[in-house]
Amino acid sequence: MNARYRARKAVNGLMLAVSTLALAFGLFWLVWILGTLLYEGGYALLQATLYYRMTPPPGEDGGLANAIAGSAVLVVMATVIGTPVGILAGTYLAEYGKQSRLASATRFLNDVLLSAPSIVIGLFIYSVYVAQVRHFSGWAGALALALIVVPVVVRTTDDMLRLVPNSLREAAVALGCPTWKMVLRVSYRAARSGIVTGALLAVARISGETAPLLFTALNNQFWSLDLNRPMSNLPTVIFQFAMSPYEDWHRLAWGGAALITLTVLALNIIARLAFRKD
Amino acid sequence: MSAVLPISESANVEELASATPPGPRRLRHAPWMEAAFEHLTRLFALLVFSLLAAILVSLVLGSRLSLEKYGLGFLASAAWDPVQEDFGALVPIYGTLATSLIAMLIGIPVSFGIALFLTELAPAWLKRPLGTAIELLAAIPSIIYGMWGLFVFTPIFQAHLQPALVDSLGSIPGLGALFEGPPLGIGMLTAGLILSIMVIPFITAVMRDVFELVPPLLKESAYGLGATTWEVVWRVVLPYTKVGVIGGVMLGLGRALGETMAVTFVIGNAHQLAVSLMAPGNSIASALANEFTEAVGDLYFSALIELGLILFLITTIVLALSKLLLMQLARREGART
Repeated sequence: MNARYRARKAVNGLMLAVSTLALAFGLFWLVWILGTLLYEGGYALLQATLYYRMTPPPGEDGGLANAIAGSAVLVVMATVIGTPVGILAGTYLAEYGKQSRLASATRFLNDVLLSAPSIVIGLFIYSVYVAQVRHFSGWAGALALALIVVPVVVRTTDDMLRLVPNSLREAAVALGCPTWKMVLRVSYRAARSGIVTGALLAVARISGETAPLLFTALNNQFWSLDLNRPMSNLPTVIFQFAMSPYEDWHRLAWGGAALITLTVLALNIIARLAFRKD
Repeated sequence: MSAVLPISESANVEELASATPPGPRRLRHAPWMEAAFEHLTRLFALLVFSLLAAILVSLVLGSRLSLEKYGLGFLASAAWDPVQEDFGALVPIYGTLATSLIAMLIGIPVSFGIALFLTELAPAWLKRPLGTAIELLAAIPSIIYGMWGLFVFTPIFQAHLQPALVDSLGSIPGLGALFEGPPLGIGMLTAGLILSIMVIPFITAVMRDVFELVPPLLKESAYGLGATTWEVVWRVVLPYTKVGVIGGVMLGLGRALGETMAVTFVIGNAHQLAVSLMAPGNSIASALANEFTEAVGDLYFSALIELGLILFLITTIVLALSKLLLMQLARREGART
């Protein structure tokens, strides 16, 4: 073996080792963060009081019941508002617009929206809704989250519908089926698992979103499911409690953090499994 | 004659349709539903189409006061004094750019390494679980990164890594200015480090996707000529996917620029312009997160919304560029196959 060949082999070995290290580097943080969450929040998670007591003033015992309920309501409302909008818009892109100028431009803008900073979405809802009605409210929070759901669902619906083979569509149309019925009965059915995956991923994404809620839903110390009033929610409570100097607030914040993360990771994994089945 | 023909033809069809009992009702209903469904979906597509513009307009309207008062000087002023009502965007803009730059410096090589491992080295059965694990990094909510950063990472960083950095890099002339000062734990460097972990999954995902686009024939030819794996990646795969890789980097950058909660926890939220990365600073997003609900006075509000407008413009441009680059790669790909 000559020296040049040996040098090339050495470089190759070195670079591949570095690449393996890079992977280890990535996994290291994942394990560290998840481990910390379970270690710090595990105990709080196992206590029943976390789920039925209200958020306490500093120095007293309590739980996160109002925050959990508020988060659940906000996420459900956002999904109920955002998913149909996203599916219909995605349907237009894949079934009617196709490569037209409007469809291509919408796809482009939607992709930008998909990664737009969520705090700006919060500012937007603040300007067009909160500032107009002059109070923070659960509706504002749900709307802000819905705006984050929409681009995710548009993207997956469009992608999944475009994967449906055209021969299926042609077969339906050849049988005399009108387009709208073809979309509802053939395209949607063929792409169903993909569209559901998109919706699940959107739910996972908004479950942990904090920034857009800070100036829309705000927070509420008490039990309230009234969407017209400020609404407690897990992310803002975690933010408030973690930034405070109180030890027992920190403990609750860790419990909430572990709860959110486990929920989000479970949703992600369910979405992946649901999609893999077919 | 020929102009009349279609009408009489359609009349014939109508007659024919009504002649066959079960069909006609459906046939008559169909055109109405047909148009309604198409218009409904188009309406929502138009809604999505106009969202970005709507956000832009609302931010411009909201920041009118501050735009009128400061004009372009807003960008260059380091002042931020709510009491005297004197505002400028320089400190948060600098913080946003500096933290994102740190995130990119670390995130890009690491993501490249991971993508290389996943596409070229990992055995087939490991590809999926490892890929999923890296993607899960993106699923962890940003507030968790922030909390973990503040309570777990910062103390360790402050006690062990920061003093070492100050001692070793702080004494280099020029570059040393970036690493001066007391090890506070929180600051722009910490924020940048945590951001780098957060952008890894986004950049990796794009790099993986574009690496898989390389035609096997190209790679096999290189291997056939005796190239090593690294040479194939560096001289064949990377040049072929250059545009897409840059697109992925821009996507990660867009994410880093707009990240709010993780940065808010660890950047220190100090409105001061410091060269040293060890010093606490502020970013646009964390200034908004911290001050918006407590802002008093129209001008203060307006200045904060203008910060949001600046952030929105920067990220939109970066993300649009990213998208254009990725589209360019996809188009070239379409032309070749």
